[in-house]
Amino acid sequence: MSILVVQVLNSLFYASVLFLIAAGLSLIFGVMRIVNLAHGSLFAVGAYIAAWLVGRAIGMGVPVAWLLLLMPVAALAVALIGIVIEPLLLRPFYRRAEEYQLLVTFGLLLILEDLMRLVWGGLPLTADTVMDAIPSVHIGEQIYPGYNILVVGIGVAAAILLWVVIYGTKFGVLLRATSQDRRMAAALGLNVGRVYVAAFAVGCFMAGLGGAIVVPSHAAVLGMGVEALILAFVVVVVGGLGSLKGALVGALIVSFVRTAGIQFFPEIELAVLYLIAAFVLIIRPTGLFGTA
Amino acid sequence: MKAAAIALPRFHTRLWPYVAAALGVAILIFVPKVVGLYQTQLLTYGLIMAIAALGLNLLLGYTGLLSFGHSAYFGLGAYTVAFLLQWFGIRSMELYILLGLPVAAIVSALFGYVCVRHTRIFFGILTLALSQVLWSLALKFFWVSGGTDGLRVKQPTLLAGVIDFAGSGGFSRFIVSYYYYVLGVFVVCTAIIWVIVHSPFGKALQAIRDNETRAQFLGLRVRRFRWAAFLLSGTFTGLAGILWAPLNGLTTPDVVYWPFSGEIVFMTLLGGFRNFFGPIVGGIAFTFIKTYAVASTEYWQLLLGTVLVVLVLLLPTGIVGGLSQIAKRLMPVERS
Repeated sequence: MSILVVQVLNSLFYASVLFLIAAGLSLIFGVMRIVNLAHGSLFAVGAYIAAWLVGRAIGMGVPVAWLLLLMPVAALAVALIGIVIEPLLLRPFYRRAEEYQLLVTFGLLLILEDLMRLVWGGLPLTADTVMDAIPSVHIGEQIYPGYNILVVGIGVAAAILLWVVIYGTKFGVLLRATSQDRRMAAALGLNVGRVYVAAFAVGCFMAGLGGAIVVPSHAAVLGMGVEALILAFVVVVVGGLGSLKGALVGALIVSFVRTAGIQFFPEIELAVLYLIAAFVLIIRPTGLFGTA
Repeated sequence: MKAAAIALPRFHTRLWPYVAAALGVAILIFVPKVVGLYQTQLLTYGLIMAIAALGLNLLLGYTGLLSFGHSAYFGLGAYTVAFLLQWFGIRSMELYILLGLPVAAIVSALFGYVCVRHTRIFFGILTLALSQVLWSLALKFFWVSGGTDGLRVKQPTLLAGVIDFAGSGGFSRFIVSYYYYVLGVFVVCTAIIWVIVHSPFGKALQAIRDNETRAQFLGLRVRRFRWAAFLLSGTFTGLAGILWAPLNGLTTPDVVYWPFSGEIVFMTLLGGFRNFFGPIVGGIAFTFIKTYAVASTEYWQLLLGTVLVVLVLLLPTGIVGGLSQIAKRLMPVERS
């Protein structure tokens, strides 16, 4: 029984991280109509920055309890990178065919992957001090890291916050208006360029936060971004590109299938995920909750 | 007098692809006599990639569908060769091709049937997702596929066993003979694809690319045409994989992983996907650029990524497109 609880918690942990990545990807697609192939790499950059910051802070003797505050700092740094990337690389492509947008983000992926290697080297970067600082929890006869439960909490909080922002604030109205009809929004006097920068920055922030909260339990390694991107793709394809609800439900489905897969059918665990994605695309091309 | 002056360049314009092709093949035949073994080997890789890129371009350039999953068919070709050697001890290159092509064709027909129900971005994601099914199988079923270690592929015999590379000096003989073998296959493939894209079938594909609704009004069964294009495209890329495995001597899940699909798209774009010869130039150029980038810097992905971004930004028609623009500007007569 306690094993089951642990596995459910593990699934929720994965789901939180995946939701953060996939919701960012989905938001960027919803508003800007760009499928950002570099999104996974931005997640990895967040992980690397967080691990690097934690290492620095420990070196300077910052008390462990404060280290958690570095996570949003890392996410903000990724958002800043996004603010630079959008006008520089993406803006010239909105009027051009989708193929070029995919290619330019693929080029960005290659660049980011190597920049990470250039800056942080090929060795994994860890921040497990943060994880060790939070006491473990006893579930029946199992011991479970308290940090993972905290991550689930962060995931839930992020989801609620995102909902409030998108469906309850003026900024959210601007985002939704732009995503529904860019030209109409522009005609009504909305500064679409600024909305795009903001949407891309928010998406990057979420990817960065996902990376930052995952790094205390999994080290930051090269290639983690490419892997994460594919899982995030499965999530948004299942849930529907551009849909927040879809990102949430998709993240839960993928995480639970994955946890069950690792337990019961480890060889075809990944293949099953891709097959689910392909299956949903065949039955419902727009995903479970997509509209576009 | 004036009419003749206009007619002459037109005659040249229609003929120049054949002249260029003949000249290109003549140069390719003589290259191994001039350059060393290593360059010959690189050029062989380049020609193989050119076949893969030509195959992809049937979809991208002529049908208007961007596949991000062509690594699947390339990898299928490569793994089929490895399995034929491992399970049945087959060494003949011709048998590899004869048995590998149906495998690539069947799987691309299967995947294509699913993928062509969508266009644009969803088509791209679906091709990617399906290719990753194969990748994860190649990665996880390590007792069959060797996992990340991959499978070794020995040097095959060419021309039904007439040419064997056992004994001393086998490697250098293999490289040169295999170059001409690949060149032969490449010329045949290029000719076939040329005929395809200039046939009524190819024109129908281009009509679908340019305006799907009009093509439908004309009575074209759009989905069936796209499916056929997908099948051909995947099969040619699979053939490239078949040729690649013996040259590389090893096949790993990396050639099924989706970034490799990205590389095939990259090559096609580098050469220019709006021109028939673009993917050929792109495949060869990409192979050389990548090899020298990997040799000269640890951060070759950074270099390639920058090249890709700059290319998409400044030269979206690729090398061949850019050159033909310059040529048109230099020879204003031909424009009329």
